[in-house]
Amino acid sequence: MQSLGIDVLFKGKNFIRLLGGLWVAVRISLISVAISIVLGLIVGVLMTSKNKVLKAIFRVYLEIVRIMPQMVLLFIVYFGTTRVFGWNLEAEVSAIFVFCFWGTAEMGDLVRGALLSIPKIQYESAMALGMNTTQVYAHVILPQTIRRLIPLSINLITRMIKTTSLVMMIGIVEVLKVAQQIIEANRRSSPNAAFGLFAVVFILYFLICWPISKLSVYMEKRWS
Amino acid sequence: MKKKFTKATAALLALTLVGASLAGCGSSASENTDAAETAASAQSEAAAEASSEKVVYRTLDEIKESGTINIGVFSDKSPFGYVDENGDYQGYDVYFGNRIGEDLGVEINYVNTEAANRIEYLQTGKVDIILANFTVTEERAQEVDFALPYMNVALGVISPDDAVIESLDQIGADDQVIVISGTTAETYLEKNNPEIKLQKYDAYAEAKTAFVNGNAVAWANDNTEVIAFANENEGYTVGIPSLGSADTIAPAVTKGNETLLNWLNDEIKALGNENFFHADYEATLLDTYGADYEDTLVVEGGQAAGAEEAEAVESVSVAAVSADSSK
Repeated sequence: MQSLGIDVLFKGKNFIRLLGGLWVAVRISLISVAISIVLGLIVGVLMTSKNKVLKAIFRVYLEIVRIMPQMVLLFIVYFGTTRVFGWNLEAEVSAIFVFCFWGTAEMGDLVRGALLSIPKIQYESAMALGMNTTQVYAHVILPQTIRRLIPLSINLITRMIKTTSLVMMIGIVEVLKVAQQIIEANRRSSPNAAFGLFAVVFILYFLICWPISKLSVYMEKRWS
Repeated sequence: MKKKFTKATAALLALTLVGASLAGCGSSASENTDAAETAASAQSEAAAEASSEKVVYRTLDEIKESGTINIGVFSDKSPFGYVDENGDYQGYDVYFGNRIGEDLGVEINYVNTEAANRIEYLQTGKVDIILANFTVTEERAQEVDFALPYMNVALGVISPDDAVIESLDQIGADDQVIVISGTTAETYLEKNNPEIKLQKYDAYAEAKTAFVNGNAVAWANDNTEVIAFANENEGYTVGIPSLGSADTIAPAVTKGNETLLNWLNDEIKALGNENFFHADYEATLLDTYGADYEDTLVVEGGQAAGAEEAEAVESVSVAAVSADSSK
């Protein structure tokens, strides 16, 4: 059996560089996820509003996020803002902006869906018990909504982490790009390095995403 | 049970309240959306206007003053531009880049670029020079300004030994050919052989992996690339070593950045006197291509060899003319 080229990982600073790349990916995604969850909850509640203008605005927002590939959004924010407004956004700031823009819309829609899935009778019963609107939401509707949201939002969060591989297109060197650099630099001495390195990258992504899945299972159980 | 709820709900209540007061925030997000849309539609117009209205690039003096030059290079294209195990940029392009920094007396900030975003980087002034194996073409010369060339290149097509493609006619209707987005191979095949199905990849490493996995019958790329690939990997043959016209590789700057362009041209001419690019070849490319290809590949002092001289001069004058017209 031929070597899988894992040995190139231990040449020079390669492994440290790979972990550095992973940190970049994790940093971008976790900051974006945190902001998206907060803004998404707000946007989701606003999406259920009866106000037609507000509804229309969020509808357009959501459709744009759905239609535009994240790569296009990255190009527009990183290069487009420089062309049109002359802003010189840092690549990482652009990436976080795009991921929040995307995450907030999808999270908002998940929140909206979860809120609407609560049967009307829950509102009515709570009202009948003499609660005011704030109390109805705080004690009856939101706890149930959150529980329904957990599995859905975990999907979104892990998807956001994996999509960070696109940020290489605006010059950010993240884990996958470092892996490609290492494979290329060693393509003569270890032609098989691609397999071993992509396997390591797979394990690294897994190590990041798996605890998040575990956490969601735990939270679902705890709150059921 | 109730206790747990109240904790979570307290946090949420706070959020909802913030939400109400931040309603304005939601609408500002949608304003950004509009801006993004405008950005997309205005991209092409802005590109034309940018050079006349807003100066996005930095002049030679501004670069010297800042003490740092931003040079866009490949980070996964050995032996032209790659990152070694210590995290340092290396390769034929980088060897030249290091010399530029030395002669300008500034620090170099290498920016990792992909084939598909090189022009974008220059047009937004995010890098000062692109030294990423950038082949001179007429279409690109409309978008950026090329300096004198420092390397020759043509297209090549590589295929596995057991099914060598020696002519494009051999490619069947259902067969696919791998290309990297934004490269000359993509443009050439789309223009001259639109019937061939292309499989496009954004990064070199992805294309290579796909080719090795047998996802397509052949891979079209710069001939330097495919010659090197065939030398390094058993079982592959360059069936078509020279496809299309012979082209050159040159540094590029933002359109209209004359001070930097002139400096680069003078630098390349001056470096010719010390046979700099031959030294560069021997330091970075010799291992990959062997001594046989040295004079074929290297362009010294901006003078493309022999018959191609006229062509090189022409491409330079294209750059010069477009520089003038953008004033």
